Amino acid sequence: MSDPVLDIRDLHVALPAWSDRRHAVKGVSLQVNPREILCIVGESGSGKSIMGKSIMGLLPAPHVHADRGQILFEGRDLLTLGADQMRAIRGGRIAMIFQEPMTALNPLMPVGRQIDEVLEVHTELDGSARTARVRALIEDVHLPDPDRMMRSYPHQLSGGQRQRIVIAMALALEPALIIADEPTTALDVTTQAQILHLIKELQRKHGTSVLFITHDFGVVAEIADRVAVMRQGEVVEEGPADDVLVRPQHAYTQALVAAVPGLNPRGRPAEVAPPLLEIRNLVRTYRASGGLFSRGGREVKAVQSVSLSIPKGSSLALVGESGSGKTTMAKCVIGLERPDSGDILLDGQPMTGISRAQMRAFRRDVQMVFQDPFASLNPRQKVGEIIAMGPVIWGTPRPQAMAEARELLHLVGLQPEAADRYPHEFSGGQRQRIGIARALAVKPKLVVADEPVSALDVSVQKQVLELLDDLRRQFGLSMLFITHDLRVAATVCEEIAILQRGVIVEQGSTAEIFANPQHAYTRSLLDAVPGRDWISGLPAAE
Amino acid sequence: MKNASIGSYILRRLLQTVPVILGVVIVNFLLLQLAPGDLATVIAGEAGGATPEYIAELRARFGQDQPLYVQLLNYMGNLLTFDLGYSFRQSAPVLDLLLDRLGPTLLLMGATLVVSLSLGIVLGLLAALWVKTWKDHLISVTAVLLYATPLFWVGLMLVLIFAVKLDWFPTSGMEDVVAFHEGWDRVWDIAHHMVLPTVTLSVFYLALYARLMRASMLEQRGLDYVTTAKAKGLTDAQITRRHVFRNALLPVVTMAGVQTGSLLGGSVVVEAVFAWPGLGQLAYQSLFARDYNLLLGIFFLSAILVVVVNLLVDILYVILDPRIRLG
Repeated sequence: MSDPVLDIRDLHVALPAWSDRRHAVKGVSLQVNPREILCIVGESGSGKSIMGKSIMGLLPAPHVHADRGQILFEGRDLLTLGADQMRAIRGGRIAMIFQEPMTALNPLMPVGRQIDEVLEVHTELDGSARTARVRALIEDVHLPDPDRMMRSYPHQLSGGQRQRIVIAMALALEPALIIADEPTTALDVTTQAQILHLIKELQRKHGTSVLFITHDFGVVAEIADRVAVMRQGEVVEEGPADDVLVRPQHAYTQALVAAVPGLNPRGRPAEVAPPLLEIRNLVRTYRASGGLFSRGGREVKAVQSVSLSIPKGSSLALVGESGSGKTTMAKCVIGLERPDSGDILLDGQPMTGISRAQMRAFRRDVQMVFQDPFASLNPRQKVGEIIAMGPVIWGTPRPQAMAEARELLHLVGLQPEAADRYPHEFSGGQRQRIGIARALAVKPKLVVADEPVSALDVSVQKQVLELLDDLRRQFGLSMLFITHDLRVAATVCEEIAILQRGVIVEQGSTAEIFANPQHAYTRSLLDAVPGRDWISGLPAAE
Repeated sequence: MKNASIGSYILRRLLQTVPVILGVVIVNFLLLQLAPGDLATVIAGEAGGATPEYIAELRARFGQDQPLYVQLLNYMGNLLTFDLGYSFRQSAPVLDLLLDRLGPTLLLMGATLVVSLSLGIVLGLLAALWVKTWKDHLISVTAVLLYATPLFWVGLMLVLIFAVKLDWFPTSGMEDVVAFHEGWDRVWDIAHHMVLPTVTLSVFYLALYARLMRASMLEQRGLDYVTTAKAKGLTDAQITRRHVFRNALLPVVTMAGVQTGSLLGGSVVVEAVFAWPGLGQLAYQSLFARDYNLLLGIFFLSAILVVVVNLLVDILYVILDPRIRLG
């Protein structure tokens, strides 16, 4: 076996004195071999991203710095190199792909020029040779119309296209190693599948080594040759992908693998209850007004004639990619948006075409759980106040509402004392529990959950999903569950509606859709689930 | 594609300014009616008193005996033909007076804009590059001080030190009228006279732009695309020059556009302090003389000026930021 491309020995990365722990990375030793993809898997706070940055010399010095160990690359220790030597390696011998394609590019510079910069800095090529190379690179990442693409600005490209540009940039000088830090996390599933495929294809073609950082075991199953699992700055398990994924040794790895939402669809309840929520021919169009003197602004048909119904005590997943109109639907159902036409009925009562005062009665029956647990709680209010506020507005005496809030906190798995603390003292998962308690406080009939777990780590995600499930049974709730992730939808909901560009393309029981998808788009969504083959091979949970 | 539509964009924007300027005219006209006293009483007062019959006769001569709406309609009708009325006080058509004073004001505003923007941007840039060193602190603290100092006080102090004590610059006026300079001598003379007023008017805006530029640079430097640029192997100087600078400039340009209106307001004070023969000084004089025709004319011209400058800033923005669509 040949020498490793990258050899990390006993790496320690120190955090600033004021942070909650001393080291982000504690004694990590790893090798990346030629032509291999090493996946580093870990949850937030595992130190995986910091490690990637320390290889590139991109740590936010001087507060965060490597204080022990070596990073050997092509015979040199990267930690001891001077700024100029390090600069020659960055972009030249080691390149990086980032998580956020929306912000990773300079908005004011054509993308062709941004790729060209890499060549300009590291090579002696003249202008026309560089242009030819940029065009070749854009073709390499399968972007259409290279000449037009080169002159485009980032805002004119989609997320997937931008990520292809970033990849082209990384490939520009055929580096020995590419560090990819969660490169597909911000993308839609189908785009994610395409980008993963592209990275793998290019890696094989150019013989590059890849250090792939991710939190998603599905992605690992798609792409990894070898896997290292990190927790709190340490590698707890390392080995060939097949071993780690199928026969995890360490308890933490086992727990992580078990937390991956399976593709085992939920069964449908035996008796069919009458519908709680009915949506008929809902239409919502956004118009961008062009100002005082221009006629006819742009129109975006967010939701085009959607009909669906949720039986009492049941749960329906609205699955779609970004721009499919799923959030607009949610806003219409909780009455934050007024549909242009169509009806929404709750328990047979129309929620559309009524006055604001009449609408108020419904506010209590429909509650929402939001996506971002960090932004959805008022930071200046104590948790107890946040939860009790709804009941107090509806006339519950304050002491009683506070007592109920404590009970609810207990119910969602938090200490009742949490009521006297502020939201910033809690982790993301705990905050989402608070958000759920808040939604339940007014005893709603329907809960609209808009991507409630997509901002959470896998293990936390699993706990929150289980909690939602328990509460649903306990309270006899109905739920409209909005998600982009078919795996999550399958775990939580009896029924699924697939939304594409404002139209429901397929709707039915989860089991039927998984067993026999009718629409091409549903099939492509199912195919795009990362690590699909591996997940179906896992022993079924429960 | 973008260049083809920029013409129609400008045309549309110009059309949109018509109601704005109409609104300004009407509001100002009505506001001035609320002010106590009119030209007739002032003239009567200066003459040491007059009979009510004489005052009524004066009012009839100025057209002030008409109902308010007739006066307004007359005024707006005249505006359509660019007839801004007659200043009975100065015994000259308002338009002539305005055009006479427009040049000096534009000169002062332009010089201030150039000085405050360029110096502000450079200082903000340097402060951001030297962030958290004594040089940065020096720039930042000075900027806060300048930002907080009243304009007229700066003007008076500058006059006291550089004109009275040191005698480097003249105390007031735009040129040495009795010297009858011609050609380049005159240009030099005006430039010499311009230094103190320009500096006075600039300091506030300079401090504002410097602070904004520094904050904007620091914000941009923390963004993802800068990390991308670092990962490419660019030097810090290259990153600042090619990536950060232009992005950081956008908020400053926006602010400069917004501030042009207040620049005109500031020039009233500065022109009064330095006896600069501009619109501001004229506005000041005409207000006390109850010369409402002239005052309305000044407001009208100022409104046009602000609207035009804002249009220029918006066009500049389109050139600077490809994300702005001419929609």
